[in-house]
Amino acid sequence: MQTELSLGQPDPAAKGPAGGPQKSMTYGEGGLAFLFAMLALGALVVASGAESQAYAFHAYLSALASIVCVFAILNRYVDRPAARPALEIDGKPNYNFGPVKFATIAAMVWGIAGFLVGVIIAFQLAFPVLNLDLPWTAFGRLRPLHTSAVIFAFGGNVLIATSFYVVQRTCRARLVGDLAPWFVVLGYNFFIVIAGTGYLLGITQGKEYAEPEWYADLWLTIVWVTYFCVFIGTIWRRKEPHIYVANWFYLAFIVTIAVLHLGNNATVPVSVFSPKSYIVWSGVQDAMVQWWYGHNAVGFFLTAGFLAIMYYFIPKRADRPVYSYRLSIIHFWALIFLYIWAGPHHLHYTALPDWAQTLGMTFSIMLWMPSWGGMINGLMTLSGAWDKLRTDPVLRLMVVSVAFYGMSTFEGPLMSVKSVNSLSHYTDWTIGHVHSGALGWVAYISFGAIYCLVPWLWNKRELYSLKLVNWHFWISTIGIVFYISAMWVAGILQGLMWRAYTSLGFLEYSFIETVEAMHPFYVIRALGGVLFLVGALLMAFNIYMTIREPEAASAATPSLVPAE
Amino acid sequence: MATVTHKQSLWAKHAFFEKNSIWLVFGILIVIAIGGLVEIVPLFYLKSTIEKVSGVRPWTPLELAGRNIYVREGCYNCHSQMVRPLRDEVERYGHYSLAAESMYDRPFQWGSKRTGPDLARVGGKYSDEWQRQHLANPRSVVPGSIMPGYPFLAETPLDADHIAEDLKVNALLGVPYSEEMIADAQADLRTQATQDADATALQARYPGAQARDFDGNRTTITEADALIAYLQALGTMVDFKLYEDKANVR
Repeated sequence: MQTELSLGQPDPAAKGPAGGPQKSMTYGEGGLAFLFAMLALGALVVASGAESQAYAFHAYLSALASIVCVFAILNRYVDRPAARPALEIDGKPNYNFGPVKFATIAAMVWGIAGFLVGVIIAFQLAFPVLNLDLPWTAFGRLRPLHTSAVIFAFGGNVLIATSFYVVQRTCRARLVGDLAPWFVVLGYNFFIVIAGTGYLLGITQGKEYAEPEWYADLWLTIVWVTYFCVFIGTIWRRKEPHIYVANWFYLAFIVTIAVLHLGNNATVPVSVFSPKSYIVWSGVQDAMVQWWYGHNAVGFFLTAGFLAIMYYFIPKRADRPVYSYRLSIIHFWALIFLYIWAGPHHLHYTALPDWAQTLGMTFSIMLWMPSWGGMINGLMTLSGAWDKLRTDPVLRLMVVSVAFYGMSTFEGPLMSVKSVNSLSHYTDWTIGHVHSGALGWVAYISFGAIYCLVPWLWNKRELYSLKLVNWHFWISTIGIVFYISAMWVAGILQGLMWRAYTSLGFLEYSFIETVEAMHPFYVIRALGGVLFLVGALLMAFNIYMTIREPEAASAATPSLVPAE
Repeated sequence: MATVTHKQSLWAKHAFFEKNSIWLVFGILIVIAIGGLVEIVPLFYLKSTIEKVSGVRPWTPLELAGRNIYVREGCYNCHSQMVRPLRDEVERYGHYSLAAESMYDRPFQWGSKRTGPDLARVGGKYSDEWQRQHLANPRSVVPGSIMPGYPFLAETPLDADHIAEDLKVNALLGVPYSEEMIADAQADLRTQATQDADATALQARYPGAQARDFDGNRTTITEADALIAYLQALGTMVDFKLYEDKANVR
């Protein structure tokens, strides 16, 4: 361990330039390297006694990653100048965009992976032979891989990237911490790797959208607390007296997800050497806690966080102020207050007590109002700039995303009405509803944000091709329309078939007949998914070419040039 | 809009949250805590939440191992375990599900999607042989099925070396596994999966437990043994001929 030796006595060659300060290791660098070394040792001990091969694989992977981190930290120390990066250069904030760039690229890569797995499982439902009869390729293991890849890997990286960008810009301050932002970004992506490989190997808690087991949950908790500290620390550094509205939403997202994560993952592991754990809640209480978590993963991860994106990127791209400050205040507090109640609408007519179901339904209907308040605030921000929709496909993506947001936040309250839910629940209508929100709202606002961010981060004048953005927009939109209309028809058809009676009073269809009726719609849905994936591939190419483009933006040209 | 004309309108007061990040965080925490607390906490103390009903017992070691395979393979992604009190569901699947029937389930597996049928009352509906063939190749018994095949389950020996630890953790969390049940977990698991074994001690501990060779392979206890034992027990614990639903009106 030669590098370890240099810890105590800094290499004289690494001294700063003549007259510069003596280079010394910060507590952060030394401490983190030490912690990772300990973690590597611990992981190796666990690996040696692991009760299953899959768990041993995760332990070895953790040990390897920890050792890589130790070397990366030491290597970075050797290479870096003695002085810490300045907070400001010539009176301008010296922004830290490295972690933002990493998370942006990671989002693109995970997005394509997640969409691809989605397409695969969509085809599996239409053609079951594609399950291949192997444990790690069966639908039951791939479906959590798809949901986690798109929500947590794609969506999560978009949220981390944009939040770290927006908080710096709106506070006019450099991100707090030296290694901490990198720890958040890399640590979060390591969590994704553990979660995803775990599903394929059969390691799961069996709770929807909270499948990772106890050790992955613990790791995510550490990463998330660091995320919160970096974010709030940067807010404390702000040069502006007021905290910008996008940051309220990011804060609500970070804080609430922490609370939900802890509540829904309160488990007791069977032993340190076993990946298996048992949840402290059981039966009906577990169901309530799960959907309190599950619906607010939608409310705070997929909504509050992405509304923050809306509140920064749409005004920025349209070059207009946010429509109404007062509406944003009402929107914010009403949304976060009402959302948290909506969970029980996932449990209508189940063994959950009726009073809880009624509360869930009532608040879900009320939730329609703040949701549309937010939509109006986003759309009306374009007042006076509507003409840009014709010329700027990036802005069009974001505006259509807000329209989809409005559509699915109308559909949601409708489906939460018990009598509608008795038909829609357990059918593909739910899947269609989720995807009109996930593809139309979350993915589109993310695409828009990434299309904005990449030229800003890599200092380019514009994207490589706005024409390609236009293609991306239309191909994906057709894909979404295929997807959601197929699922509407499939879901309502199946719901009606389940409850159909013959004139003699017998159930008209056996269950398998209702499955067979789904086939054409499953094929159409899978094709819609293919179109969406093709759009994302066009985007990845566009982003890649933009970053590669030699021409850098000159300071004189404005960052936004309307396309012809 | 009288308040607006006044200089210190209510809107201006919001600046307090915009200028004090700590209070903004506290504000968020308080606002999001209310709904969760009101909906979750009463479920732990309202006696009406879980009906009083006889027959529901903890899973046997073999059934628990089978349940863990059910969870591992993600069966909940396509199968619910919750019959709603709707005419067609009660006719299709049987008596609507009671909260008591899943009170020892960690995690609950009520599910959210029925790509396949509900399984809350699948126990005893099909023979072991049907279950075995259906798991290995679903289309061999249900031609239109879109379920993946799980032929590897019948070929994989059940790893149950640590099943006693699983029972112990469940007991710690409140599932009524006695010390005797934990001590005999290994033996109980083997007894239940063995054809013609003396199961009286097992059935004394777990009333109504079915003991036999479930997977048609008498030499090895496989994952299919455990999973089929679990499926055959699903929804069979409460005797609905004796169940008084009026006694539990909630």
